[in-house]
Amino acid sequence: MTAILSPLPGTFYQKPSPEDPPYKAEGDAVAVDDVIGLIEVMKTFIEVKAEAAGTFAGYKVENESPVNAGDTLAELS
Amino acid sequence: MAIERLFIANRGEIAVRIVRAAKSLGIHTIQAHSEADVEMLSVKLADEAVCIGPAPSKDSYLNIQAILDAAKATGADAIHPGYGFLSENAGFARAVEEAGLIFVGPSADTIERMGDKVAARQAALAAGVPVVPGSDGRVDGVEATLAVAEQVGFPVMIKAAAGGGGRGIRIANTAGELAALAPQAKAEAEAAFGDGSLYVERAIVAPRHIEVQILGDGDRAVHCFERECSLQRRRQKVWEEAGADCLDAPTRDALCASAVALAEAVGYRGAGTLEYLYDESTKEFFFIEMNTRIQVEHPVTEMLTGIDLVAEMIRVCGGAPLSMTQEQILRSGHAIEVRICAEDPFNNFMPWPGRIKTLVEPTGPGVRFDHFLSEGYQIPPFYDSLVGKVIVHAETRDAAIDKLTTALTEMVIDGTKHTGPLHLALAADPEVRAGRFHTQWLEPWLDAGALSAKGDAA
Repeated sequence: MTAILSPLPGTFYQKPSPEDPPYKAEGDAVAVDDVIGLIEVMKTFIEVKAEAAGTFAGYKVENESPVNAGDTLAELS
Repeated sequence: MAIERLFIANRGEIAVRIVRAAKSLGIHTIQAHSEADVEMLSVKLADEAVCIGPAPSKDSYLNIQAILDAAKATGADAIHPGYGFLSENAGFARAVEEAGLIFVGPSADTIERMGDKVAARQAALAAGVPVVPGSDGRVDGVEATLAVAEQVGFPVMIKAAAGGGGRGIRIANTAGELAALAPQAKAEAEAAFGDGSLYVERAIVAPRHIEVQILGDGDRAVHCFERECSLQRRRQKVWEEAGADCLDAPTRDALCASAVALAEAVGYRGAGTLEYLYDESTKEFFFIEMNTRIQVEHPVTEMLTGIDLVAEMIRVCGGAPLSMTQEQILRSGHAIEVRICAEDPFNNFMPWPGRIKTLVEPTGPGVRFDHFLSEGYQIPPFYDSLVGKVIVHAETRDAAIDKLTTALTEMVIDGTKHTGPLHLALAADPEVRAGRFHTQWLEPWLDAGALSAKGDAA
C-alpha cells in the first residue's frame, strides 16, 4: 500500500465539482501526477497529485471533510 | 437606545478589533465562532462566546439563522458584522432588524441601494458626485458612437452592450482611432451576440484607487479624509496609505466633500467608504462604488485622525448622534498599513496556514499591529488568509516608510509563511518610495521578479 498524503491543511474534495464523479474509483490505474482530489485552503483550490503509480485502493477521508497536512487521503495498491 | 450586549458575527483580526472597541465603550461582548475557531483570540477576549456551527463558512459565519438564534439565545441587542461574510448582505441586515436587534451598519435599504451598481451610480449622479463618464446605455451606429465619445472625452473604451465582463473591450485614444475600431467592434458584437450595440465609457488608463472614509448618524455625515490603496494584486489591496500625497489641497477638498454629499443624500448610518478612480494626469476623480461597512484598512485613517472608527460606528448605530463635527476632524502626519497574509510570497502567494512557533510583535511609538495570532496557534485553513496588519504613523510619508521597514524587520512570525517579505521589498523600492504607482503597477512588478527569493529587493 502506498499512501497519498495531504500536502496542506484544508478541506478535501474527491470530485472536481459537486456534479462530477470522484477523480478515481477503486481499481483505477493511477499514473504519477494523476490528480486524485482537491484541497481547499483559504479559498484556493490546490490539486492533489499521485507521486507514485499504482492501482487505486480507495479514499481514506470523506468528501468535503477537513484534513491536516500529512493525513492519508487515499491509498494505492 | 444605546447598545449594551454586542454580538460579533465575524472572526480573525477584525473580531479582536470590535471586541476591544466595544469594551472601551463598556459594552458586553459576545463572540460567535465556528467549530474551527474555538481557540481564536477574540473568543478568549470577549465576555462570552458561542459556537454557531461547523468550520465551513456557509454553515457558520454565513448561516443567517444560526447567527440570529445564537444572538437571541445570548440576549444580544445588536450584531456587528465586521467586513466580508454577511456585512454587505441586505437580507441579513433586514433579518436582524426584523428580529428586533440593531445591525451595526446602515439600513438594509441603504445596503441594497449602494450594493447595486446602477442604483449607486444614479445616487452618486443625483448627489453631484462625478462618475466615470459613459453612454449610460446602448449606442447604435458608428456616427452615434463618435458623438458620445466626443462628449465623454478620449481615451474611450468601447465594448459590446450585450457582452459581459471584459470581452471585446477596445480602447481608442483619438476620434480617428475610434472611427477605425468602432465598425470592427460593431461587426464583432453582431457576430457574437446578434446585437451590434456598443457601450462607450471614458478609459481611465492606469488610475489610482483612492477612497474616502465617512461616518454618518443617519442625518449628518462627516469625512475622515482619504486613503490611497493602489497597490493591489488580483484586485486585493496589499498596502494602504492615509492620506494620498498625490492629491493637491483643492482636489482633496472636492473629493472629500463629494463623499459627504453622497453619504448625506442616502441618510447613511455607521462607517462607510466611497471608492474612486483617480486620474492623476487630469486630476479627475470618479466614484465607482460604496462599501457599506468597516474596511480592512480603516486603521490608517484612525492613525491619521485619532478617531476610533469602530467605536464611533457602534455609538451611532446605537442611536447616538455623531460625536464630532467636520471641523473637529484633523489630519496629522502620514500612515501606512500593510496586510500580513498566511501566503508564500516566493511561491505565487500560495496559501500556507501554519502553526505559530515564535511571535515577536513590532512595537514603538506610532506602530500598531492588529492581528489574532499567538504562539502555538494553528491558523485555520478554512477562511481568508489575512492574519494581521502592521500599521505605522509618522510625521511624513518618508518617515512612515522608514518606520515600516523597522517594524517589519522587528516582527517575527515563525511557523507559517507570510507576506512580510513582500512589504519589506516594496518599502525598499524607489518607485514606492517616490509614490509613483497605480492600480496596474504591482502585478508587473511581481512578474518582473522584483521580489527575489532571498526576500530583499532585487
